[in-house]
Amino acid sequence: MSEPREITENAVQTAVDAALAAIASAGDSAALKQVRTEHTGEKSALALLNAELRNVPNDQKAALGKLVGGARGRVNQAFAAREAEIVQAEAAAQLEAEAVDVTALASRYRAGARHPLTLLQDRVCDVFTGMGWEVAEGPEVESEWFNFDALNFDADHPARAMQDTFFVDPPEAHLVLRTHTSPVQIRSMLERELPLYVLAPGRVYRTDEFDATHLPVFMQFEGVAVDKGLTMAHLKGTLDHFVKSIFGDEAKIRLRPSYFPFTEPSAELDFWHPTFKDGPRWIEWGGCGMMHPNVLKAAGIDPEIYTGFAFGMGIERGLMLRNDVQDMREMVEGDIRFSQQFGMVV
Amino acid sequence: MRVPLSWLAEYVELVPGTTPEEVHAALVKVGLEEEDVHTFDLQGPIVVGEVLEFVEEPQTNGKTIRWCQVRVAPDDETAADGGPAVHGIVCGARNFFVGDKVVVTLPGSVLPGPFPIAARTTYGHVSDGMIASARELGLGEEHDGILRLSTLGLDAPVGSDAIALLGLDDAAIEINVTPDRGYAFSIRGVAREYAHATGARFRDPVEQAAPAEVADDAFSVVIDDAAPIRGKVGSSVFATRIVRGVDPSHPTPAWMIARLKLAGIRSISVLVDITNYVMLELGQPIHGYDLDQLRGGIVVRRAAEGEKFTTLDGKERTLHVEDLVVTDDRGPIGLGGVMGGAETEMGDETRNVLVEAANWDPVSIARTARRHKLPSEAAKRYERGVDPEIAAAAVSRVAQLMVDLAGGTVDEGGSLIQTTPARQAIVLPHGFVSTIIGVEYTDDEVHDALAEIGGAITPVDGGFSVVPPAWRPDLTGREELAEEVARLIGYDRIPSVLPVAPPGRGLTRSQRLRRRTADTLAAAGATEVLSFPFVAADDNAVFGSADGSPVASVRIANALDQTAPFLRRSLMSGLIGAARRNLSRGLTDLALFEIGTVFLPEPGRSYGSPSLPVGDEKPSDEVLAALDAGIPPQPRHLGALIVGDAVSKQPGQAAVPAGIADALDVVRQVELATGARIDVVHGSHRALHPGRTAELRVAGTAVGFAGELLPSLAADADLPRVVALVELDLDAVIALTEPIVEAGTIGTLPAATQDLSLIVPVEVAAAEVADAVREGAGALLEQITIVDDYRGQGVPSGAKSLTFALRFRAADRTLTASEASEAKLAGAALAHERFGASVRE
Repeated sequence: MSEPREITENAVQTAVDAALAAIASAGDSAALKQVRTEHTGEKSALALLNAELRNVPNDQKAALGKLVGGARGRVNQAFAAREAEIVQAEAAAQLEAEAVDVTALASRYRAGARHPLTLLQDRVCDVFTGMGWEVAEGPEVESEWFNFDALNFDADHPARAMQDTFFVDPPEAHLVLRTHTSPVQIRSMLERELPLYVLAPGRVYRTDEFDATHLPVFMQFEGVAVDKGLTMAHLKGTLDHFVKSIFGDEAKIRLRPSYFPFTEPSAELDFWHPTFKDGPRWIEWGGCGMMHPNVLKAAGIDPEIYTGFAFGMGIERGLMLRNDVQDMREMVEGDIRFSQQFGMVV
Repeated sequence: MRVPLSWLAEYVELVPGTTPEEVHAALVKVGLEEEDVHTFDLQGPIVVGEVLEFVEEPQTNGKTIRWCQVRVAPDDETAADGGPAVHGIVCGARNFFVGDKVVVTLPGSVLPGPFPIAARTTYGHVSDGMIASARELGLGEEHDGILRLSTLGLDAPVGSDAIALLGLDDAAIEINVTPDRGYAFSIRGVAREYAHATGARFRDPVEQAAPAEVADDAFSVVIDDAAPIRGKVGSSVFATRIVRGVDPSHPTPAWMIARLKLAGIRSISVLVDITNYVMLELGQPIHGYDLDQLRGGIVVRRAAEGEKFTTLDGKERTLHVEDLVVTDDRGPIGLGGVMGGAETEMGDETRNVLVEAANWDPVSIARTARRHKLPSEAAKRYERGVDPEIAAAAVSRVAQLMVDLAGGTVDEGGSLIQTTPARQAIVLPHGFVSTIIGVEYTDDEVHDALAEIGGAITPVDGGFSVVPPAWRPDLTGREELAEEVARLIGYDRIPSVLPVAPPGRGLTRSQRLRRRTADTLAAAGATEVLSFPFVAADDNAVFGSADGSPVASVRIANALDQTAPFLRRSLMSGLIGAARRNLSRGLTDLALFEIGTVFLPEPGRSYGSPSLPVGDEKPSDEVLAALDAGIPPQPRHLGALIVGDAVSKQPGQAAVPAGIADALDVVRQVELATGARIDVVHGSHRALHPGRTAELRVAGTAVGFAGELLPSLAADADLPRVVALVELDLDAVIALTEPIVEAGTIGTLPAATQDLSLIVPVEVAAAEVADAVREGAGALLEQITIVDDYRGQGVPSGAKSLTFALRFRAADRTLTASEASEAKLAGAALAHERFGASVRE
């Protein structure tokens, strides 16, 4: 096909027919590429016919030019259409070939989890910081003065003996493992400006045997507010808001007269929720009250000007009530299956 | 405190049929918390029977049983179980006689246990019920034979209900008494509180026991306290009465045994039972002496140093100079307010009794009870405060009961010392209660509530003057009075008002970064655990000291577990314990972390304070600083442990075993979460693999270690050979890190990337080579990453080839290849200078 030929309708049609047939029979992009070279390349029949246009008389140039140009257009159009078909088919085939069993894929990710007690502690902190409170911390090995004397626990009062205290050796050094987070009340009042609204979460220690409902090491959070004009109504309002934030709007609280050396009046906090496992009922969750004037005095605050309230609750008990954990030992054994039930959400 | 309801009903109106639960519900409102309900836990028909006849039948097992005919219903009537009036019953006991009235548990009845009673065939007879012993009925420990009603001084018609006869139909509520309310350790106190809760009428048992007119100096008592504690005389009240001619073999009445039993006290003998009974009723501990064993009058004094005394529990005790003793001519006969002595106690031979009721200083009693580990019923009440005005009434009540129940006579009175100082009045300004409670109480409400609890109220200018009742030593200030008003009117009157705190600053930086670290580690696949901080000495020696030098540890004086009396210096042992527990439960691949306190006293330093400042005033700054300086350092550490496969075997994925690289990944996660730059250098730690330990540093300060546990320690802990560990001082990481990130400009011009392979001796740390290249290459080097560590053919032995990928970029122009090469070679030159590195072509 390399020799020059005459441009005739027949010749053009023959070339076009041959090209279209080849395009239609090309099965993949490689074959199509070959077809393209053969039927539209420099040496193809149509290209040669097109080159022949140079040699035709001027009066036939327009008609023959149209004839050849139209033929080339038809071939190019067919080529583009076929190319699109093949690309699409090949893409579809590739996707099909790449299919995997999505239920059996390798995972390089290992499931981790926070501990639900620290998650719940974080959540409690968030409720209070949301109200403008700040979070304070203190040492776990603590001076007896902060743990007891400053909190109006007389050295000889039975309340002090009833705290089941771990003493640091030697006992004459007056160091204890703090029995509650309440020493942070004193530290906060000594360190901060008034008015103060502070939440103090942390680990505390009691010489309780280790069983399903007792731990010698557990977590508490302590709230303390000192301001002008605070009353028990403010204590109740704060606890009410807190319990609803953590347990939902159906939760209710009740205060019951009680005794703690560092509060006067004192109360036990009961709360009620419709979804408790054994039915809606009142459950005891912590102690609270108005700060005893001696406690304010220990921190150099004039009880004639300021009043305060304080409360303390156990995180473990909160978790048991809220998330239906049955055995406290699960919280400290470190079995990953326990924390992994919660993941990052409590 | 356990309160039998029949007893409570004697002193406060209790609507018949009131259940224990209803009494609990009333008392909880005034602050007496519900603990439990106690009953005799038995069920009828249990009736009075009469033994008509019996035949003794020796058995092959050596026992002799009695085959008895017992009348359990009047003639021609049906018995309570529907059976005949006379039942045949087999009885193993032989302590009874024909004609004795006994207690018969008929078929269908249930004894405590529970033991249901049914007719059954035994020893060749159908035994149609059982003749009960006192122990089987829950009345006492006596099991030598069956209960003969005559021994309790009882007689009742055959067939009548024995449950009611013996007081076994009673129930007791048990309440938790807070340590401020000593008076609630008495029927008297609880009855008064029940009246407060319900408005029911209260009758004071003290008034019924008003002392008779007797001579008050018929028995010599001297109180000689040479060393009062805190200025308080050890005994301010001492009342005695003499009762003559008692017969200690008189039976204690069944109702008294039943009440004592429900209250948790075992019946011993009529004389002792009476003293216990009056103590429970009035809250006034009583001691009875065998008068004939006393030598001379009584002197109350402090013990002499080293003085010996045998308490009635049979233990000889060495006394302390603060202990109060009751003495006669021979020496101590009682540890005042705590426990009496063995030599003078009432017994079977006692005919004449000296009854004592005293009031003792709570502080002194608390110390003595604690010192001698004697938390007796008496000490429990004195520590919390006993009404100082009821001693005379109490001894009269005891004396009268001894007359009534043990056949004695009160012939010549006794003695009374009553030196309690008058109570101080508390001034309660009008409106004060409202400012504390947040309820607008009227003055009348305040007045009435305080009058109801027994306060003596006088109006004064601007308020009330209130003298609290004698039985309420806890009422010492106006805040306590405020609580009384709120409590009596009801805490449910208090409204709920949310106070508005001033604007807060949110969590502190340290709090935020610790939380973020925990979240980051969990998101990266580690599981948070919380271990107890109690460890053995070895744990701190191995994990708490990197170089093995001796360490100091905080020791617990009264540890629960004697094998772990120290507080941890490191989180590693706790993590190893948790890993071991998980593995023992069948888990294999673990990544654990803990953020917690460690306790790091310095060796050779003593901590704490020999004395403490007083509680109710602010100590000086110096004293506070000294208290703080006495507290050992206790930073928060982060620890992590990875064992097993970091990536488990799965389709198309081989397992990737965990190792030190995983520990270092944790370090990178901490860097991400805290913004710290933590440098990793070769290090050593006595618990870690010598060739696989990294020391971690922030700004040049060592903050921790990462590595693999020594295989021998892993084996000791039943763990696989490779255990990756990391521990760092999270507080230090945060403190050493700049709080604000300083942003550089991000270059947008094209980068030039080149690789650099350097041959260095194997012992040179790659990170240090990279540092040298970075420093030598200068500012154009944007990033350097190690991509290969090759040893073998083409590299001299003892050397390794480290390949780094370098990315260069200039801020102001497109770099040429030759500029990048020049910088690279400058880096290589510095590596050569420092480590003899040569470029591998």
